[in-house]
Amino acid sequence: MKICCLVKEVPDAAVQKRIDPNTMRLDRSGEKNLNPFDTHALEAAMQIRESGVVQVDEIVAVTMGPESAVRALHKAVALGADRSVHLTDPALEGSDVNATGYALAKVLESEQPDLVLLGQQSDDGECYTIGAVVADHLQVPSLTQVIKIDVAEGKLTCERQAEYGYDTVEVELPAVISVGDAINEPRYPSLKAIMGAKKKPLDTKSAADVGIDTSEVGIEGSKTRVLAINPPPAKEPGEVFEDEDTDETVNKIVAWLEERKLV
Amino acid sequence: MTATVIKDAGERALLPPFTDEHEELRATIRRWVEAEIAPHVDEWDEAGEFPRSLYERAGELGFLGLKYPEELGGQGGDYVHDAVWAEEIAAAGAGGGVGAGLGAHTGIATPPVFRFGTPEQHERFLRPAIAGRKIGALGITEPGAGSDVAAIRTRAERHGDVHVVNGSKTFITNGARADFLVCACRTKPEGGHGGISFLILERDMPGYEVTRKLEKLGWRSSDTAELSFTDVVVPAENLLGPEHGGFYLIMANFQWERLLMALGAVGAMRNLLERTLAYAREREAFGRPIGRFQAIRHQLAEVGLKLETSRALAYHALREFVRPEAERRKAIAAGDWAHPAITAGLDEVTKAKLYTQRAAVDAADICLQIHGGYGYMREYGIERALRDLRLGPIGGGTDEIMREILGKRLGL
Repeated sequence: MKICCLVKEVPDAAVQKRIDPNTMRLDRSGEKNLNPFDTHALEAAMQIRESGVVQVDEIVAVTMGPESAVRALHKAVALGADRSVHLTDPALEGSDVNATGYALAKVLESEQPDLVLLGQQSDDGECYTIGAVVADHLQVPSLTQVIKIDVAEGKLTCERQAEYGYDTVEVELPAVISVGDAINEPRYPSLKAIMGAKKKPLDTKSAADVGIDTSEVGIEGSKTRVLAINPPPAKEPGEVFEDEDTDETVNKIVAWLEERKLV
Repeated sequence: MTATVIKDAGERALLPPFTDEHEELRATIRRWVEAEIAPHVDEWDEAGEFPRSLYERAGELGFLGLKYPEELGGQGGDYVHDAVWAEEIAAAGAGGGVGAGLGAHTGIATPPVFRFGTPEQHERFLRPAIAGRKIGALGITEPGAGSDVAAIRTRAERHGDVHVVNGSKTFITNGARADFLVCACRTKPEGGHGGISFLILERDMPGYEVTRKLEKLGWRSSDTAELSFTDVVVPAENLLGPEHGGFYLIMANFQWERLLMALGAVGAMRNLLERTLAYAREREAFGRPIGRFQAIRHQLAEVGLKLETSRALAYHALREFVRPEAERRKAIAAGDWAHPAITAGLDEVTKAKLYTQRAAVDAADICLQIHGGYGYMREYGIERALRDLRLGPIGGGTDEIMREILGKRLGL
């Protein structure tokens, strides 16, 4: 079995996020890190390998991003990936979720994995959708919010964490599975793994290398347009009842709740 | 990600000698300490002990062998990786006790075995120590000899192939549960520096006794013991380094120990500043966060300054210490104790040790004051920091000894 893990370089959690008013995009300058959700996908891949139920021949970390994204790939390799692929091209800049999913799918087409794993959301865009978009382009099944994977030859049994409870779903491979952070506790990369990460193979690919139609990506190729960005409306201030006479205060609170049909 | 990173330029700038790789290691250590140590630190402090299994866990994750070669089960790193370890366990909130227990093992007990040990000693002591299966301790201090190392009285008399050891040691970190003790002994009756040798004593040797586990102000979760030796027979293969040449071994080790203490103080101050800043932002008095009062703000500025000064001194000392490491190894192998690489960084390390230990005590005191009544209570861990850090100006060579070294280095 070959597993590809989609990973992303995101602004570090400690960095204050802001939208650049000129580009209408997230300002991604400053300190960066490997998207924490993707570390769970890498750990899931490692656990499938270590379970020994199926033979995992290769775990490949794949990212799309600017030059700096190489650091996210190094981190992914330190966490267990055998090699990495970096899709980088000026033509890809400004791609929306759909265009990004298309571009990543083109890389995956050339890799032909049996299983694609990724974190269910990125720590910056938080769209939760990239897995489904990739799967749609690849025309393979997709599951999201997966918190348990049981692997068998040619198929997976996954537990999904949904708003209403848990789904158990059987899915045939190849498939794209996005995992939640409850699925596992990512391992601590050893110093040896950290130091060895730069020595593992890293392929840099351009859009042309993987056959991407550049009219489908970038700002122009994206089907969404950000027209305006507004802060969320401020919450109305709450009403404060000063407690002078408790019976009276209770009556006031009950009346307030009744008025809003809350009791 | 961490406080060693300057964020003013957006992209992170690394402070030398640290690189991206060191920052990755830092993040890993931090995550481990926050998940598996920090939540238990107060409980272990109360109990006067942290679990022995922590050594095995640290060994499993490779932290006990960062600077040792892969052939011995180490991670193949160097002293700078170990420096990250020393700073980060403190910064992430492992507390003085756990830091001391793990630090004595990685920082002072195993380095002489690595530097001076034979391949056979590496196999017997270093490999299991790197894996966390054997705990090491360093035995120098005695009831009558602390900083005055030449006054050591524990005797090792040679009888044919063996040494017979009599004497006692005190204030030995990890002393009660150490499986092996790298022990300084007098092997020539005449006093002075020339007649000291190191022997590796093992806990199960007849006559080796843990007399007492000592009660302390701070570092409570680390074990500190008094040991006594009565006719302990030590085979020749346990002699570490040259016979009668132990003084140099002590000197070589002191530098690193002091540097680790300086880095630990930097880590502890980072932790204190971070927590106290959060408290000053959150805690309100007279209708505003206390951090908005000038009296508090200025005090926190002072803590920030102490931290930055300490960091600058400690990193500078680290750079000076590691620079001639290759030459130092060669000089040790050749027994060339007069080689300048042996004492490289002495001034810088001494200054860093002296400044940072007192700065950390003062910083902890300020942070406790800012926390007010809560700072004095056990549950906040601030009083523990103050208790733990008070060891700094005493252990590893007192402030007074540091000043003496510096004074003499000025030619006085």
